[in-house]
Amino acid sequence: MSRPTLFALQVLVAVVCIVLWQVLSTVPVFGKILLPPFFFSNPFDVFSQIVKWFASGVIWKHLGITLAESILAFVIGSLGGVLVGFWFARQPLVAAVFDPYVKMVNALPRVVLAPIFALWLGLGIWSKVALGVTLVFFIVFFNVYQGVKEVSRTVLDNGRMLGMSERQLMQHVYWPSALSWMFSSLHTSVGFAVVGAVVGEYLGSAAGLGYLIQQAEGVFDVAGVFAGMFVLSAFVILIDFGVTLVERRLLVWRPTASDGRG
Amino acid sequence: MSTPTAVALEDAKVAFRLGDGRIYTAVEKAHLAVAQGEFVAIVGPTGCGKSTLLNVAAGLLKPAAGSVRIFDRPLAGLNRDAGYLFQADALFPWKTALDNVAIGLEIKGTPRAEALPRAQQWLTSVGLGAFAGRYPHMLSGGQRKRVALAQVLIRDPKILLMDEPFGPLDAQTRQVMGNLLLDLWNADRKAVLFVTHDLEEAIALADRVVIMSAGPSSRIIGDWRVSLPRPRDIFEVRLDKEFHELHREIWSVLKDEVMKGYAQSTHAAEAV
Repeated sequence: MSRPTLFALQVLVAVVCIVLWQVLSTVPVFGKILLPPFFFSNPFDVFSQIVKWFASGVIWKHLGITLAESILAFVIGSLGGVLVGFWFARQPLVAAVFDPYVKMVNALPRVVLAPIFALWLGLGIWSKVALGVTLVFFIVFFNVYQGVKEVSRTVLDNGRMLGMSERQLMQHVYWPSALSWMFSSLHTSVGFAVVGAVVGEYLGSAAGLGYLIQQAEGVFDVAGVFAGMFVLSAFVILIDFGVTLVERRLLVWRPTASDGRG
Repeated sequence: MSTPTAVALEDAKVAFRLGDGRIYTAVEKAHLAVAQGEFVAIVGPTGCGKSTLLNVAAGLLKPAAGSVRIFDRPLAGLNRDAGYLFQADALFPWKTALDNVAIGLEIKGTPRAEALPRAQQWLTSVGLGAFAGRYPHMLSGGQRKRVALAQVLIRDPKILLMDEPFGPLDAQTRQVMGNLLLDLWNADRKAVLFVTHDLEEAIALADRVVIMSAGPSSRIIGDWRVSLPRPRDIFEVRLDKEFHELHREIWSVLKDEVMKGYAQSTHAAEAV
């Protein structure tokens, strides 16, 4: 299928959904409105709310806060994940000792940590960053751990036979291998950084997209809730697009699935 | 003046501890000497421990008994005089062909600005001058072997250890690679220990062909000198009368071992 056709079909889905929504929430069918405006609002109101946010400039502050929280959570979580993943993979004893605890913490639904972080770190951005970090850390940690442990035996032997010292093996073999695993989980971990930030904001904060949605919900402003959701989706899609660009640049050496020669 | 011995295995024995605690002896009392400038091929049936022997010469494996001497000095740790060409893909997948070759020099501390042009020269001499920017996955199997060859040779090792390097390639590519190897080797005649299961390849390339018995506890059971004139062309040397006679003679010994090797591997498969 050609790209323009595909794009047209994709747009068509959105148009059909929005038109259905608009019609069902404003035009009575057999004397009854199927989507009561109180619960479902309507696309026009949602759109005007979004326009109002951008026109007045209120939204930028909230977007900025959420973005900052997401970036901080991603950077801190990744850094921790890479370091600890490396350490565990190179020290099997440490990994074995900590294994049950890592599994335990990872099994915990992170949302329950939000109140603790709010108590410890207050309602500012750091409690949200902490929540995001707990999500990002484990994804990166598991990937890096796997990446370092699964370095090809032959490639490692080749490095040794070429005369690499332990430090050089680290730099030329372990490190690129671990990074490639980390980057392969980039989409997931960036996504989770945003989730951490927004959920944290929703549960208690004074700014951010999650706060915006929570405030709207508090006054039964359904249009506001939907508007917040749309802005959030657009925000995530934009970030994801950025990640794809970064990934393409960093992983040029990796064969893609469509590549004939493995 | 006698030529110095590059690699000497003296009564080397290699054993592994299996998962269930038993000891598996892969190679028993191997005695093998490779003189400087000599091209020696080791041929044997599947699973006879020829790669094991090569790993001992490389220092990747320690013999359970016996000794390994490199240029008359006992080998401790990895063999720093040797370059090793692996059977499986061993290039760094995250480096371009050029960087893969240059790394051999960079490890030794050669500045990158100096290493890169020399790597480019080596890529050209293995026929890949135009492929410097490609990553390994963008190259064919034969091209990857060429890069691997350049990666090893740029360090100018005194000894070249090759573990069925052309094994995964198709028949034509193998012959082309064989000729390339002979051309490069002719330039400075390093000591070569070349492991293969292909007797024809061994005779066409080597000065000496060493035959190993079927494993376990395999031993060296034959040693033939190949006096075909050099420089050789792999395609043409196979038509030579002497080549055929030697092939028949060695094959008569090797055949029994190959059959034994098959019998053992099917037996082992049944036991499992």
